[in-house]
Amino acid sequence: MAKTDMTPNGAKVVKIMRRPVRWSLAEIAFWLLAVASVFLLPGQHLILTEIAGLAILALSLDLILGYAGVVSLGQAAMYGVGAYAAGLYAIHVTGEPLSGLLVGAAAGAVIAFATSFLLLRGADLTRLMVTLGVAAVLFEVANKAAWLTGGADGLQGIWIDPILGLFDFDLEGHTGYVYSLTVLFVLFVIARLVVNSPFGYSLKAVRDNPLRASAVGVPVNARLVAVYTLSGAYAGIAGALFTQTQQFISLDVLSFQKSADGLMVLTIGGPGYLYGGMIGALAYKLIQDALSGFTPQYWQFWVGLLLVIFVLVGRDRPRQFVIDVMARLRGGKGGAQ
Amino acid sequence: MIIRRTILAAGLAVAALAGTTALASAQEVVRVGIVLPMTGAFQSNGRQMQAAIRTYVAVHGDMAGGRKIELIIRDDASTAEQALRVSQELVTKDKAAILAGFGNTPAALSAAKISARGKIPQIIMVAATASIVDASPYVLRTSWTTPQMAAVIGQWAPEEGDAKTFISIVSDYGPGNDADAAFTKSLEAHGGQVIDHLKVPLANPDFAPFLQHVVEKKPDALFVFVPTGAGAAFMKQFVERGLDKSGIKVVAMADVTDDDILNSMGDPAVGVISGGPYSASHDSPQNAAFVAAFEKENNGMRPNMVAVSAWDAIDLIYKTLDKTGGDASGDVFVAAAKGAELDSPRGPVSIDPDTRDIVQNIYMREVKRVEGELYNVEFRTYEAVKDPTH
Repeated sequence: MAKTDMTPNGAKVVKIMRRPVRWSLAEIAFWLLAVASVFLLPGQHLILTEIAGLAILALSLDLILGYAGVVSLGQAAMYGVGAYAAGLYAIHVTGEPLSGLLVGAAAGAVIAFATSFLLLRGADLTRLMVTLGVAAVLFEVANKAAWLTGGADGLQGIWIDPILGLFDFDLEGHTGYVYSLTVLFVLFVIARLVVNSPFGYSLKAVRDNPLRASAVGVPVNARLVAVYTLSGAYAGIAGALFTQTQQFISLDVLSFQKSADGLMVLTIGGPGYLYGGMIGALAYKLIQDALSGFTPQYWQFWVGLLLVIFVLVGRDRPRQFVIDVMARLRGGKGGAQ
Repeated sequence: MIIRRTILAAGLAVAALAGTTALASAQEVVRVGIVLPMTGAFQSNGRQMQAAIRTYVAVHGDMAGGRKIELIIRDDASTAEQALRVSQELVTKDKAAILAGFGNTPAALSAAKISARGKIPQIIMVAATASIVDASPYVLRTSWTTPQMAAVIGQWAPEEGDAKTFISIVSDYGPGNDADAAFTKSLEAHGGQVIDHLKVPLANPDFAPFLQHVVEKKPDALFVFVPTGAGAAFMKQFVERGLDKSGIKVVAMADVTDDDILNSMGDPAVGVISGGPYSASHDSPQNAAFVAAFEKENNGMRPNMVAVSAWDAIDLIYKTLDKTGGDASGDVFVAAAKGAELDSPRGPVSIDPDTRDIVQNIYMREVKRVEGELYNVEFRTYEAVKDPTH
């Protein structure tokens, strides 16, 4: 009961359990910077929109990889289905964007739920193969079903109405960026609540040791299905957002490259603390853009080289840096309390 | 080659025209945003186009219609997503008045939206799906369409090529299916017949089972359309199976025996018949000058049909700006470009005023060894062919 009864480890556990619930200064600063970018970087909104979309995709991966330990090379399946669902919804039903996002989320969740049972069958390597396979199958289906998806030429004729009937999507991408950033923030807040809930802790238990988790009564399979479905909804929203801001879909949304991009930026930023995808997406896209403007022909070489160096230097660095900064800020505040 | 953000700038000496018409706008630069697949699946096309653009500027300078022309080349990584964003940035940030390039159909279609909304002329250098010109009223094309080539091949084969029954082998993707459909339609209209349609996977194709099928069916000829690189593998397996001695002809789309890779295909390619808009061995003074200039600027590289298309696209931009006195605004530019006639290295070409698509000669060619190198040698010309689907 009393604090003095606690072992040092027990106190640490309590501290760790409490830590993520409060918004730290670093987190607040991060989002203030994001808001500031809307006003300070009007010329960069197109690439920032792409970064926000990639960040949501990485966030969806973080939910399953960082918190439930499910490795996936097929997140593009849900992303792409969400994108096509939102595109077809805009063409055949209505161009209203917010309901389009929900359609994308539902489509992603349905695909994820249906395929999640395949994930229960094996360990990491099997999961890599299964997720890869599901995405490859869907890619081929979209390629073949040209009457529905436009096939290799891409889906044409998408027109998105102004958001809330007020804000039209402009050529400079201002509306698109504010919209994407808002969606990213909302999804982040929800993810933050989820991973800090008892549900989230049970996921981490599954991640760290599935056998032990089931021994203490965590329904492992049900948890995995649930989080994979949630992750699918997130990826579906990312896809729908892509459709709405680009108003065009090509088969690239279902490609292996899309899955790999998501996994790569999450790896760069570090999984398991929700900011990894955002930091990774920001770093990767900005480096890519700078290099490809500088040398349109050879930029991939430099990106590859940077990635190798990055992995050699240590993947945990960005996360460690964030944790250190947060700890320092908290430490400073803790003294005053 | 110098690696850098490629801003190519040079000039065209058009003093006579410029002096009278472009006084008002002489100070302003016309920026042309060029979106090329410099990396990814279509990077060989990107290199050819970049080389052709560099050559054009070296020959013709950087002035047109009394204004300085600034060409800004950006990479789309062969994806539509990046083509769209790069095009948007070129228009909004770099203030490009004209967009050009686009190595595949999705890239061209994604950017067509910007062209339509911003009234930006968009000049297609490669993408070959017929419908692209319908996507925006400001799209012009200097390349070709898949049906344009396939229909001529389908007409030539039964009438003059002594081949009536065909098996078609195409890569299983959008352009492959388009080629198959256009060829079949044209062939059947001219008295031939396609007895089987074989679709080969796009990635890592193994042609062996398909060629076995061909051996059993014994058609007069094969109609082949695979992306540029896969043509070599196809011809190698064709010869390995002894099909070259079976009397079955190979009739292909120009992409299969592309000038960029033809020499490396070696002897198996000899005798392949193809239909296409351009061969580096095209016999004309314009082409001789073009090939010489291209080789001089690019370390002896041989231009292919993509390079000629890029050359003509820049030529169209310069000639049209001369005509409008430097006015690059969408409506004026496109109106002036309609009906434009260019003295292209591939022969006379024009822009169809109704469809804004290219009208050009389609040549039937045969691969032959000329002075130790392989070339597509032209032997029959179909003049002023329009896209048959419009």
